[in-house]
Amino acid sequence: MSRDVAVARPLAPPRTEPVTVDARGMHYRDLNARLHELVRQGVESIAITGVAGQRYLGTSVQAPVRITIHGVPGNDLGAFMDGPYIEVLGDAQDGCGNTMNGGTIVIHRSAGDIVGHSMRGGKILVRGNVGYRVGIHMKEYASVRPVIVIGGTAQHFLGEYMAGGVMVVLGLGLAPGEPHPSRYVGTGMHGGVIYMRGAVSTTFLGKEVGLVPMEPEDEWLVQGLVRDFGAQFGLDPDPLISSHYVKLAPLTRRPYGRLYAY
Amino acid sequence: MSWAACENRYHDDKVFDACGLFGFIDTRGERHDGTAIATAIGCMAERGNGLGAGYAAYGLYPEFHEHYAFHVMCQSDQARSALDDYLRRHFAVVHDEPIPHRTVPGILDPPILWRYFLFPLSTQMVGRSEEDYIVHQVMTINTRLEGSLVVSSGKDMGIFKGVGHPDQIAEFYRIDEYGAYLWTAHNRFPTNTPGWWGGAHPFGLLDWSVVHNGEISSYGINRRYVEMYGYRCTMRTDTEVFAYAADLLMRRHALSPEIAAAVMASPLWNELEHMAPHQQALYRALRQTYGQLLMNGPFAIILARSGEMMGLADRIRLRPLVAAIKGDLLYVSSELSAVHLVEPRVDHVWMPQGGEPVIGRLGTRPSQSNAAGASTAMVSQEVSRV
Repeated sequence: MSRDVAVARPLAPPRTEPVTVDARGMHYRDLNARLHELVRQGVESIAITGVAGQRYLGTSVQAPVRITIHGVPGNDLGAFMDGPYIEVLGDAQDGCGNTMNGGTIVIHRSAGDIVGHSMRGGKILVRGNVGYRVGIHMKEYASVRPVIVIGGTAQHFLGEYMAGGVMVVLGLGLAPGEPHPSRYVGTGMHGGVIYMRGAVSTTFLGKEVGLVPMEPEDEWLVQGLVRDFGAQFGLDPDPLISSHYVKLAPLTRRPYGRLYAY
Repeated sequence: MSWAACENRYHDDKVFDACGLFGFIDTRGERHDGTAIATAIGCMAERGNGLGAGYAAYGLYPEFHEHYAFHVMCQSDQARSALDDYLRRHFAVVHDEPIPHRTVPGILDPPILWRYFLFPLSTQMVGRSEEDYIVHQVMTINTRLEGSLVVSSGKDMGIFKGVGHPDQIAEFYRIDEYGAYLWTAHNRFPTNTPGWWGGAHPFGLLDWSVVHNGEISSYGINRRYVEMYGYRCTMRTDTEVFAYAADLLMRRHALSPEIAAAVMASPLWNELEHMAPHQQALYRALRQTYGQLLMNGPFAIILARSGEMMGLADRIRLRPLVAAIKGDLLYVSSELSAVHLVEPRVDHVWMPQGGEPVIGRLGTRPSQSNAAGASTAMVSQEVSRV
């Protein structure tokens, strides 16, 4: 596998003292301005405390800065970012990593809808469950391939209109043999790949995807991502690696090619 | 001068974004002042643009709990005098007063705000039930009395709303001075319809109230359907149709909230085909009977009446909704951050699926299983392990 996805690139330990920003009562514009200012000053580690729904945190930051978030960040966390490592110690809301280009977002609990919306590169790791339309329209180009790994399970329309990239759904928390509740997975999908650990309901699968046998290349890819996930959250990856995975891939590159032009 | 001419400070009629919703019920019936609800909806300031905000409160008027509380908006003294005259001819008015409010920077040109505590005169009801009489009179006032609107008309509840940001509207109406066991709140970003005092959420009729994020793409057919039953849409926006549909389905047709949710956000046809036969029969019958009350398009709502609150998102959840429980309190919100801001240590949080109602009832301790109504688990699924 030549493409650069499975290798986690942990940031080098920060060389500057961590800076703490108290976000209580702060508007997102002021908070983001403060973040950008600290990054410009060369600060490599920032902790934001008292976060309560401030949107767009870390948007467009293009530096390998480590940002730790205490509280619930608002929608579109890390949108358009390229390089930071953002760690959310609790839950996150909708649209994390919207159109992100590079870097890592780690969420220790659950995340909402449209995680990784139109994501172009980088990695999102969610320890818990995620909402609707996760990975919608993620895409890849040449060697740049975005990755989303979900520890729990996903609600409906996972990978909707997915055009590229890799998603892994581990199903931690599902009972043995319990299928993922996710319906309409891969609706409109025309690129990329989704791996789901355990059983997948085919009754309500998206019309544009099929279940494809795992090849050694897939096993290798999933192993790397699961090890990375395990290392991130302090989980033993071995039982996850030895588990059964279902691979979902698009049936055609152009599912709607004949929709408007006959 | 029309209502619209003076109310929309931006003088546009179409802008784009989302709205914010928040609601909670204390199932023990303990009353909370309006501070928490204002803090929670204020947390989602980004979801609105100052063209509408409002609050609904239940358990609001213990001293008048046997009487209907009419909150009214009037454009002029003449309009209020005509309304006053009308109300005294059709009801026994027990008490009336201006709705207390503060002067708040940024709240411009409020209408005259008054409340009446009243009950119907039996001689006027001519065979109608008390509730039907109230509905009829509210519709009559809202369509025929120029310059006057009844914005809420239930017992022991009230709606406080207007053009402004949620913190301004809370301050304006002094909601911190009221106590209620159930509060809902709205932060408006009008999309397809004007921002004006009557068009702010919540919308109410009898003790129903509804706050809504999204749009009802099927509004035309929904409106025609409720109009067949005597409801009149007068607020120049789609949301009020939810309140009238709720009144029709749950009061007049005595359906449960779970069934009403299955009407308004019914399962998709292909899901229906995989249900057990008796469930298929039920859901088909609902579609056949109430197909015109299917609310199509993206929405999340919080619907409330005395003793009960229901959160519901459209069947493919095109608008966000999260639910949380802390002890005897059930929360429903557009965003989790708002819940955490007022209750940092919730017992349980979840994201209800589209079409799956979240219901809180007075006297029933909330849990996810008794808050979630008709579950999607009843569908038989084929499972594949390649």
